[in-house]
Amino acid sequence: MCSAVVALIPAIFGSIYFFDLRSLLLVVLSIVSALVSEAIYQKASGRKITITDGSAVITGIILVLILPPRVPLWLSLIGSAFAIVFAKQLFGGLGYNYVNPALAGWAFLRLIFPHHMTITTQTPTTVVNLLLGNTSGHLGEASLILLFIGAIYLIITKVIDYRIPISYLGTVMILALMLPTTTPPLFFLLSGNLFLGAFFIATDYVTTPVTKLGQWVFGIGCGILTIVIRTWISFSDGVCYSILLMNLLTPLIDRYTRPKVFGAGKNKIVTAHQ
Amino acid sequence: MFSFFGGIHPAAHKDSTHAKRIESAPIPHRVLIPFCQHTGIPSEPNIKVGDLVKVGTKIGEADGKISVPTHATISGKVTEIKEYPHPVMSQRVLTCVIESDGKDIWEESIKRNPIDFDTNTLINLIAEAGIVGLGGSAFPTHVKVAPLEEKPIETLIINCCECEPYLTADHQVILENAAEIIEGAKLIAKIINPKRIIIVIEENQPEAIAKMEQAITKYDNPISVITVKTKYPQGAEKQLIKTVLGIQVPSGGLPIDVKALVQNVQTCYAVYEAVTFHKPLVEKVITVTGQVKEPKNLRVRIGTPILDLVNFCGGYSEEPKKVILGGPMMGIAQFNDELPIIKSTLGVLILSDKDVKIFDEQPCIRCARCVNACPMNLLPCTINDFVRHKNLDRAQEYNLFDCIECGCCDYVCPSQIKLVHAFQFAKNEILLKVKQ
Repeated sequence: MCSAVVALIPAIFGSIYFFDLRSLLLVVLSIVSALVSEAIYQKASGRKITITDGSAVITGIILVLILPPRVPLWLSLIGSAFAIVFAKQLFGGLGYNYVNPALAGWAFLRLIFPHHMTITTQTPTTVVNLLLGNTSGHLGEASLILLFIGAIYLIITKVIDYRIPISYLGTVMILALMLPTTTPPLFFLLSGNLFLGAFFIATDYVTTPVTKLGQWVFGIGCGILTIVIRTWISFSDGVCYSILLMNLLTPLIDRYTRPKVFGAGKNKIVTAHQ
Repeated sequence: MFSFFGGIHPAAHKDSTHAKRIESAPIPHRVLIPFCQHTGIPSEPNIKVGDLVKVGTKIGEADGKISVPTHATISGKVTEIKEYPHPVMSQRVLTCVIESDGKDIWEESIKRNPIDFDTNTLINLIAEAGIVGLGGSAFPTHVKVAPLEEKPIETLIINCCECEPYLTADHQVILENAAEIIEGAKLIAKIINPKRIIIVIEENQPEAIAKMEQAITKYDNPISVITVKTKYPQGAEKQLIKTVLGIQVPSGGLPIDVKALVQNVQTCYAVYEAVTFHKPLVEKVITVTGQVKEPKNLRVRIGTPILDLVNFCGGYSEEPKKVILGGPMMGIAQFNDELPIIKSTLGVLILSDKDVKIFDEQPCIRCARCVNACPMNLLPCTINDFVRHKNLDRAQEYNLFDCIECGCCDYVCPSQIKLVHAFQFAKNEILLKVKQ
C-alpha cells in the first residue's frame, strides 16, 4: 500500500502546482474522511480497526484525482465516506469489495450531484501541454509525466503488473486510430484520466483478475468500453465507468481464464484413496 | 535452458556449512527408530525387548509391496518397543528404542563383495537394505526402480538440485563421493536400462559440477551433466523433469508415465553401499545449521535424537524458537528436540527470534503473487478462499491435490496467509472423509 501512495505523491504535487493549494486541501480532506469513516465503521461493527494498512489513504487520493478540480470541499468528504463505507466496509473490508471504492464514490457523486460533477468539455491542447501541465481536465491529469514516473516506479518494483496497463492503453490506442472521430488519437490517449485509470485504478488487486490471461482480457475490455463510452456517451466518464463495469465482470473472467494446471489435470473429485 | 513456470528465489543461507567436510556424528547413547520412516506400510517388528542387536540387524520386516525393512543403527540392547511421537507423521508410531553398548559392532554380513549381480538380485539387495528416496520423498526405492515392461524408462535423472535454503548435505556428498554416486547411478541404470543418464546440478554449484563432470569421464555410456537455473523448487521431481526434458508429468501421474525416473544423489550412494557392501540404510548425511555454535555437515546414524546432534555442534547459540527437521520451506517444526533423525530427514535447522517472526493473517487482497509463484500453475488464493469457506469440493475442482506443498505461495503472500497449512488441512479432511 505504501508504495502506491508514494508513487502517487509526484502526481499530487503536480496537481497542486498546476492548479492551486486548494487541491491539496481536497486531497487531505478526502483522506481524512476515508480514514475516519473506516475507523468509525469498524469500531461500530466491533471489528479491528485497520486504518493503518493504507488502503483508505489510497482510496482518498484516487477519488480526488478523478473529481473535477473545482468541486466543493464537502463533496470530497461525502464521496470518500461513501466509497469506504458502502463500497468496501459493507462488503467485509479490505479484500472483499467487488468494485474499486474510489470509482464507486465517483459514481455515487456523479449520480447525486451531477451539477458539481460536470467537467467543461476539454479543448484539445498540444501534446506537450497534456504531458506537462494540463489544467483543463481532472486533477489527476495535471502532469502526466509525474504520473508516469510514479507508474514506472510501481512496475519496476513489481507492485503492479504490466499486463493491464499495456492491454488497456494498447487497446485504446488501436481503436482510437481506427475510429472516425475528429479527436486526434494521441489526445484520446493522454487525456480524460486514462493514464491515471490505466496505471493506478485498473491495477487495483482486489477488483481485477488474478489470472494472467484474465488480466489481458480485463485490460482489453476496459479499452473497448472506454472508447465506446467516450465516443457515444460522454467523454469525461469513459475511464471511470469502463473500469467500474469491468470490475463487476472480474469474477466471471477469473472463472473462465483459469490456467491449465501443471500436467493438465482434469477436475476430478477424489472418490478413492490415492 | 528453459526452466519451469513460477518458483521463488529465497536467500540461500548456505555459507555456514558450504563445502565443510562431512564429519561423523558420535554414536548416540540411544536411538529411537520408528518402524515407519517411509511412504507406505510400516514394517513389522521382528525383535522383542531385551534382544541384543548389532549395526545393520534387521529389526522390522517389510510388510507388503510398498514397504521396506527397518534396521538397527547402533549396536546394543532393545529397551523399548512402544509408540512414540513421530517427527513427521501426526500420529504416534511404533518405535524401537535401542540403548548403545558403547561399542560399534556391525553385522558380519556387511562387507565388500565384488560379485556382479543380475537385475533381480540387485532389486532384492536394495529392498533388503531398506533404502527409500533420500531426497525427502521416502518412497521405497526397490519399488521405484523395479522395471515395468509396459512403461520403459528412457531417461534416468540424478537429482543434485538441493534447492532448499540452508541445506548443503547433498552438495557435500557430491564433493566427497562423486565416484560412488555415479556407481550407484550405474547400478540403478543396470536395472532399468535407460537410454541416457542425466545428472542435473544448479548453476550456483560450480564445484559440484566440476566433480561430477570429472567422475563421469571414465564412462562411455550416454551419461552427461547439465546445469540448470538456480530456483526453488528446482529439485522437485516434476519441475526437474519439466526443466530437463521439457515435458510435464501428467497430473495424477508419475514420472514413469513420461519415461523418466529421478533419483537423489544420496539414494544412489545408499544403493552403491547396499550392493557393494550389503550395507543396509543405517546412516545418512544431513546438515545441522542455523543457530548452533558450529554448523556442520554430519554423517549421522538414523534414530539419533536431535539434541545429540545439536550438542555435537556446540549447542544452541541462541534460544531456539523453531527446531525444524528439513529446510525452511518444507521442513517440519518439532515440538520436542529429543525426537530422532529418520530416513527422510534432510537437515536440522535451528531458528531463533532473529530469524522467525509469527505474523497475523491479513485478508487476501488478490494480489496474485501466489499465482505467479506456483510451480504447478494453480490459483492458491482461490483455493484458499474455498478452503476457508469449507467448500472442499470446489477446492478439489481447482486442483487442490496437485499442490506439492512447496511453500512458494506462502513465501510470497504479503498478507501472511498460511496457505500451505490451509491446503494440508483441506487434503487431510477430504482423505479422512473418504476413508469413512
